[in-house]
This record gives sequence, structure tokens and C-alpha cells, in this order.
Amino acid sequence: MPALHGGQQRSAWSLGFWIRFLACGVVLVVAVPALNFWVPPDSPAALPDYLVPLLGKYLCYALLALSLDLIWGYAGILSLGHGAFFALGGYCMGMYLMRQIGTRGVYGNPLLPDFMVFLNWKELPWFWWGFDHFAYSAAMVVLVPGLLALVFGWLAFRSRVTGVYLSIITQAMTYALMLAFFRNDMGFGGNNGMTDYKDILGWDIHQASTRLGLYIASVSALGLGFLVCRYITASKLGRVLLALRDAESRVRFLGYSVTNAKLFVFALSAVLAGIAGALYVPQVGIINPSEFSPGNSIEIAIWVSVGGRGTLVGAIVGAVLVNSAKTWLTGAAPETWLFVLGALFILTTLVFPRGIVGLLRPSSRIRARAAAVVPAGERA
Amino acid sequence: MKTAKPLTGALLYLNGVSVSFDGFKALNDLSLIVEEGELRTIIGPNGGGKTTMMDVVTGRTRPDAGEVFFRGTADLTRLDEAEIANLGIGRKFQRPTVFENLTVFENLELARADARGTWRTLVAYLTSDRRERIAVTLARIGLTEQSDQPAGALSHGQKQWLEIGMLLIHDRTLLLLDEPVAGMTDRETEETAGLILDLARDRTIIVVEHDMAFVRSLGARVTVLHEGAVLAEGSVDHVQSHPRVIEVYLGR
Repeated sequence: MPALHGGQQRSAWSLGFWIRFLACGVVLVVAVPALNFWVPPDSPAALPDYLVPLLGKYLCYALLALSLDLIWGYAGILSLGHGAFFALGGYCMGMYLMRQIGTRGVYGNPLLPDFMVFLNWKELPWFWWGFDHFAYSAAMVVLVPGLLALVFGWLAFRSRVTGVYLSIITQAMTYALMLAFFRNDMGFGGNNGMTDYKDILGWDIHQASTRLGLYIASVSALGLGFLVCRYITASKLGRVLLALRDAESRVRFLGYSVTNAKLFVFALSAVLAGIAGALYVPQVGIINPSEFSPGNSIEIAIWVSVGGRGTLVGAIVGAVLVNSAKTWLTGAAPETWLFVLGALFILTTLVFPRGIVGLLRPSSRIRARAAAVVPAGERA
Repeated sequence: MKTAKPLTGALLYLNGVSVSFDGFKALNDLSLIVEEGELRTIIGPNGGGKTTMMDVVTGRTRPDAGEVFFRGTADLTRLDEAEIANLGIGRKFQRPTVFENLTVFENLELARADARGTWRTLVAYLTSDRRERIAVTLARIGLTEQSDQPAGALSHGQKQWLEIGMLLIHDRTLLLLDEPVAGMTDRETEETAGLILDLARDRTIIVVEHDMAFVRSLGARVTVLHEGAVLAEGSVDHVQSHPRVIEVYLGR
């Protein structure tokens, strides 16, 4: 399909790319379930059941990292509030899962989730209506983060808020949402959040087969998200984004609407983050306001810079590696994790600004070189 | 158009434009008319208002008072940078600002006058004649060999040329060139003068410049800006012998 793409970017959809992409997909979709399902559990090659949702969780993080990389690595918008979009998607899914519990809750109320009964609420708040339907909930997973990003982005980009100022107000946004969601009378379960899910689309959420299904859904979402991001970064819009990262006002004088271009990728990025959150919640079994904490959002930026900002593969690699290290270290030596995370951040900033992918691809092309420039946020 | 006025023929019309920054009057009741097809040079001491005038015309600065019309109908004080650019007004900055992380080819691709809306940039592709047009421009600015290099790797003079190439490919009606030969060697300056005269054959150009030899080589009508207003206007010889101009230039 070379006709779709411009200039030097024709190679974005080469045969070689599709072979590598499908190979990764096959390994993730076929090999993991096969090792889990058909290999006898006592075999050394077997993948224990608990690892499936863990891998699924990493893939959700990878999609989240990808969404941040699209706006940070390419358009130079460092959002330090992306955890908020992830959490909102997660809450939409959590509300659906709460409604699926039905009479099986502790209080056995067919309509109200347990925490509402506990608070002595008599009826379901209006914003909970519709969440018993999966299709409605799925639509909300996309719409809620997307609309918030549109409104927030419109206000920020139209007023030409850029660089560190934008990063700071995104932090404020996620912090404000965290405080709001901590309140019991918001109607989202307060600081306990929502948990104790029973089933999703009629399948028992604790069944190994359901978990495999969720895992495969996560692989598919990541794969599709990757293709969408690759399409955008290889399109002329991708070049407009790189250009505005480097010389925003010049792009305006060429006749492009910087506000619209930013708004489009920001909203799309928020939608991807929301989908990641929605797939994450049934696999970890809980959503609570701590997902909104500012620290979480900063961590996403660390995954991306460790993996390699401005390369889509880098965001995925970074998210999976940093989170694997986190899982292992918080088990082996919990008190060291924050030091390791801090050290990673310093190292990627000072020693290898192009991240792991940059190290592996020293001959890499312009895009990776682009990523090596000073963090765009600091050049406001 | 708010008020009826005889603007026929004037491509760019500034009337009574004032801009002040913290009490400093950058433009003070400036009026200026540029006809279609004209090549106009604007000179003046630092702080005379040259750059501010360009900022007003291209939508970067909103004037406090006055009117600015393009083709007699488009009120430039109400449009933003992108809208003004799409009317056909191009600008070259004092410092070359090319997109350093894009290749020379991609810089020209972005400068092309098509597919500017966000949705259209998502589906835009290069047909062979668009490619051809970029290749012709590359040849004209002498950067064919550098086509696939990142623009950041070009020399200062090459960046200036790339920027002029970006204006060339856009087919603008009005070009504003802010010190196009700043930092160029004598030879490059000479070539640039030739290129500008060549460009001026089918478009209107306003050149802001310090270099009097260069202004003379363009041989165009000169406007002298001083303290945000027009001090003198006419041929190079006329303004150079104008007593007030001599006083302003020598008095500083």
C-alpha cells in the first residue's frame, strides 16, 4: 500500500514489518495460551495460571506507554496525567463489573453495589445508569477519557500552554481527580474503589479460560493500538507532529492548525489509555483512586524513556521490562524499588537518552535521533 | 469589510496601526500600502517597528488600533497565523527556522500548499507530480543531494536556502522576508538577490533588510520605518538623500 504514504515513509508498511509484527502476535496469542493450557502443569515449560493475568497486565501497561509515547515522543507533549485517562477507562469497566455482581454481593441488593448499600443509598445515581450493558460501558471506556482529553486539551492548546506548564497542569488534573474519587459521596466506592467482581460477559472472571480470553483481548488491543500509532506517525500528520515539536510557531506560519493537530493526538492517546485501563481492571480485579496518583503518571514517562522515546517499539519494551523488574524486585527486595526507579530515570536522562531501543539500534534513522534531543518539554 | 474604502489594487493595506508593549510604542499609527506584484524593501534602525509590522501582518501580534486588510477584503486582525498563511501570505524569519529533525525533502513536503487540515494530513500521500514538484524545487535551491539528510545537518546558508525553497513551493501571493541574507557570504547574498528578483516576477514580496548594498541590488521601492511609523518612502537614492533619514541613521 505504498500509495497511502509519503516520502521516505514507504518502508513503514513493508513486508518485513508485517512478518515481524505477525510473528510477535503469533508468539503472544498462540504460544502463551498453549504453554498454559496444553502443557502439563508439572512440565518445566508450563506457564503457571497466575502468570497469565500478570502478562495481560504488562500488555495493558504497554498500551498505556504507547499512548504516552505518541504524544510525548512525537508531538513533544509531556502529559504527566496520563494515569487519569487509564483510571477513567478502568472505572468505566469497574462499574460494569460491579453491576454484573447482581444479588451475589454481601448485601444481596439486586441493583445497588455493596458500597452504596453500606452508605445507605436508596437508588442508583444517574451516572450509573446503563453500566449493566456491556456495549454502553465499552462506549463509555472510549468516550469518557476521550471527551475529558478534548475539553482539557482544547483549553490548554488553544491558550498555547506548552512544555513544563502543560506537564504541571496535567499533574494537577490527575491529582484533582484522585481527591474527587477518594470521596465516598462521589459514588465510585471512595478509597476502597470497586472490587469483588464475579463475571464479565457471563464468564466467571476467576476461571483460567476467562483470564486467557482477557489476555488475548489485551494482546489484540495492543496490536491494534500499535498499528494505529504507526499509521499516524508514518502519515503526513506524523511529520507535522515532529515539526511542531521542534518549531511550533513555524508550523502555524505554514498554515497548519497546531491546536487541532495536538488535540487530535491528545484525545486519541487518551482513548488508547482508557482502553488499556478497561482491560487492566478485570485482570487485576480492582480499581481504586490510587490509580490517579501523580506518581503513577510519572512512572509511565519513565517506562517510555527507558524503552526509547519516539520509537513505538521502545514504549512497549520499556513498559514490559520496567514492570517485570518491579514485580520481581518488590518481591525480592521491596525497599530498593524506588531507588532503582529513580536510578533508571537518571540513567536514561544522562547516559542513554535514546533508551534501550536506541542502544540496540545505533545506526537508527532520524526518528530515534529526534528522540535524543533535549526533552521537548523543556524548550517551551 | 467594515467601512467602505477604495482599496482596489492594494494587496496589503495597513491604516493607522498601533502596537505597544508595556508602554513602548512599537508601531505608532503606521500606514502602509503595498500594491499587487510589487517588490518592496523596508529598512530602518533597530526598534523601528519592522519585525512588529511583520508580526501584525502574519497574525502573531494583534494591533491595539488600526486596520489591516489583504486584497481589500480579508481583515488580518481577526485571523490567526494558520488562517493567514492559508490566504497566501508566507513569512521567512530572521533566523532560519527549518524543521531540524525532518529531512530536507520532508521540510518541503510540509511547506506544500495542500492537505493542511488535521484530517487531510492523516490520509495525504505524495503523487508522482507532487514528488516531481519537490524535486524541481530541490534543484532550484541546490539541495538535491541533501534531500534525505536531516535539515539540522545543513550549513547556515543552506538552511536559509531551504527556507526560501519552502516559500517557493507554497505558491504564496505575498512573501515577507525578514533579513534574508543575514549571515550569508557575499556570494550567497548575490545569489539570493537573483533568486528574489526571480521570485518577484510572479508574486508580491516585502523584504526587511539592514544591508544597504543588498537593498540597492534589488533596486526596488524603499520604505523607511522609524519609531513605528513611515519616515520616508521612494527610490533608494531618494531615501538616502532624505535629510530626516540621514539624521536618524547618523544621529545614532
